[in-house]
Amino acid sequence: MSRALEQPRIRRRAAFEPGERSIVSPLDKKRSGPRILIWVGTILLLVVVTLVCVGPLAWLFKASTSTSNEILANPFSLWPTGLHWENFTQAWAKVNFGRYFLNTLWTVGGSTILALIVATTGGYGLAVLKPKYAKAVFVAVLATLFIPGVISLVSLYLTVNDLGLLGTYPAVWFPAETSAFNILLVQRFFASLPAEIFEAARIDGAGPFRIFFSLVLPLSRPVIGVVALLSAIGSYKDFLWPLLALPDPAAQPISVVLPSFSHSMPLAQFMAVLFVSVLVPVALFMVFQRDILRAAGNSGAVKG
Amino acid sequence: MTRITSPAPPPRAVRRQAADAAARRTTIGSPGTSGAHPGAGRRAGGKVRRWVRAGGLSTLVFFLPTLVVFALFSWWPILRSLPLSMEQTNFISTQWVWFDNFTKVLSDPLLPTAVLNTTWFTVLALVIGFPVPLILGIAIGELRRSRQIAAVFVYLPVILPPVAAVLLWQTFYDPSSHGVFNTLLGWLGIGPLPWLNSAGLAMPSIVLQATWASFGTATIVYLATIMSVQTELYDAAEVDGSGIWNRIWHITLPQLRGVILVLLLLQLIGTFQIFTEPYVMTGGGPENHTLTILMLIFRYAFVSGNYGTATALSVLLAIGLGILSFVYLRVTRRWSNS
Repeated sequence: MSRALEQPRIRRRAAFEPGERSIVSPLDKKRSGPRILIWVGTILLLVVVTLVCVGPLAWLFKASTSTSNEILANPFSLWPTGLHWENFTQAWAKVNFGRYFLNTLWTVGGSTILALIVATTGGYGLAVLKPKYAKAVFVAVLATLFIPGVISLVSLYLTVNDLGLLGTYPAVWFPAETSAFNILLVQRFFASLPAEIFEAARIDGAGPFRIFFSLVLPLSRPVIGVVALLSAIGSYKDFLWPLLALPDPAAQPISVVLPSFSHSMPLAQFMAVLFVSVLVPVALFMVFQRDILRAAGNSGAVKG
Repeated sequence: MTRITSPAPPPRAVRRQAADAAARRTTIGSPGTSGAHPGAGRRAGGKVRRWVRAGGLSTLVFFLPTLVVFALFSWWPILRSLPLSMEQTNFISTQWVWFDNFTKVLSDPLLPTAVLNTTWFTVLALVIGFPVPLILGIAIGELRRSRQIAAVFVYLPVILPPVAAVLLWQTFYDPSSHGVFNTLLGWLGIGPLPWLNSAGLAMPSIVLQATWASFGTATIVYLATIMSVQTELYDAAEVDGSGIWNRIWHITLPQLRGVILVLLLLQLIGTFQIFTEPYVMTGGGPENHTLTILMLIFRYAFVSGNYGTATALSVLLAIGLGILSFVYLRVTRRWSNS
């Protein structure tokens, strides 16, 4: 049993950890020509990656703590009149930020919880219970991966309207759960659990519900975490669908309502709003970077 | 697929049935007679009861969330698109108009503009966005202590909400000589460039932003694949005296081929459906120079209220992408076989 628990974890840990060797070998590093080249290349790579990827965020922080005039006069001046934290409080007061954060919490939270329910029950049915129709369901779910999302944009809007959901949060939640990728992820994980433990539980008289709640769910904490993270980030990033499903700006989450702020406040305050809106996902990413990167790396293999 | 239900130890359902049959046999006392086969009238009910007893109902309960959500919000809208593309509809009445929507779309003078713009976007995104992740993935794979931090940095733009990233870049693209990018270019003695205000530069500017926002995804996939490349091959190649470039060309790239092919197709499909970046950054301007197909669909449906026309264009785009994928898979299959 404990071996079964460890096995997937070991494989997953190894994903980004330094292996024994790579393209460039220890021998190459001993020769002086390649050694200098490798050294220069490494420094160059790290500097460029940092400037390109972190630079814009660092600038955003600088801009959100400067005055609008400072940003407009010289975008690279470093706080000539000190840090202006008041941008945050002024922006907060101006746009009723609290409301949009609640909206965001509500859309992201609902989507994530529902995604977990759909992915775990569906994954359990497909990987463990496997009734006769499982194959057909699996194929139908996978097929949606290959159909471009654009085809159902308008008809989804009309369907949601027919169901009377337009303008309500479930209109944002439910379409977000039609993620074949989540189900595939969970199905694969459940299928990798040893069949003997389910057999043993069944012989001990546990029914499918009992097995699900006291065996499968506790065992699948890692994959549940990944699905939750991916759904939360995906739902926080989503723009077009929540824009359509929640026509009332007062109900929209922060990432949808952002563009409307750009002309209604001074530049520095707007930068402060942008900074706050990226802070949440960046903080989440920093805390769970290993799990998120592992899932992102595997997604290619799954899609392949 | 059949690891749990079918093999050696008889599943609960079968054992239950066997036990039931055995019980009946003992009560009736005549083995091999009708005891195991309920009467014709009871057969249907018995079937259902047996199904329920075998766990069929509880299995269905587990499938219910998936089935309901996919049926209502994925399968049904996809199927509904086909008839919808031949209807003229508002929220009150619906009229069947056959192919009118398609002729309307195809005769719209904005359609060629949108198709050309979208193709231009796709080509530019491919030229900039395809080699960068591949090179970065290989390079980051060579790092030792700084690999994890480099991977984190590369993936950082992907985590940001696209709208926030687009609005930030909109600020960078300030056309005055004091804009962020124009200041940088000014240090090199270039510019100031008009960026989003110019008909020619607007689309490349959007591509640059979109590439920045998404290159981390492909980089991390390549990196993860490279980390799983068999390292013995490198040792063997090195013993045979092959240099670093040779190892990349003959070992790393061939092992990445499958992933490269898939990511390329996904990128093509994704970029043809580009919406958020031009919608937020330029709104399609200047003078429709950044109007994309999806923005045109959006305008038909949610600005003019022509849902049928919008769906007709969606269907056309989906068919186009389907053909593209089919041809792509055909061509690359031949290529990877040879």
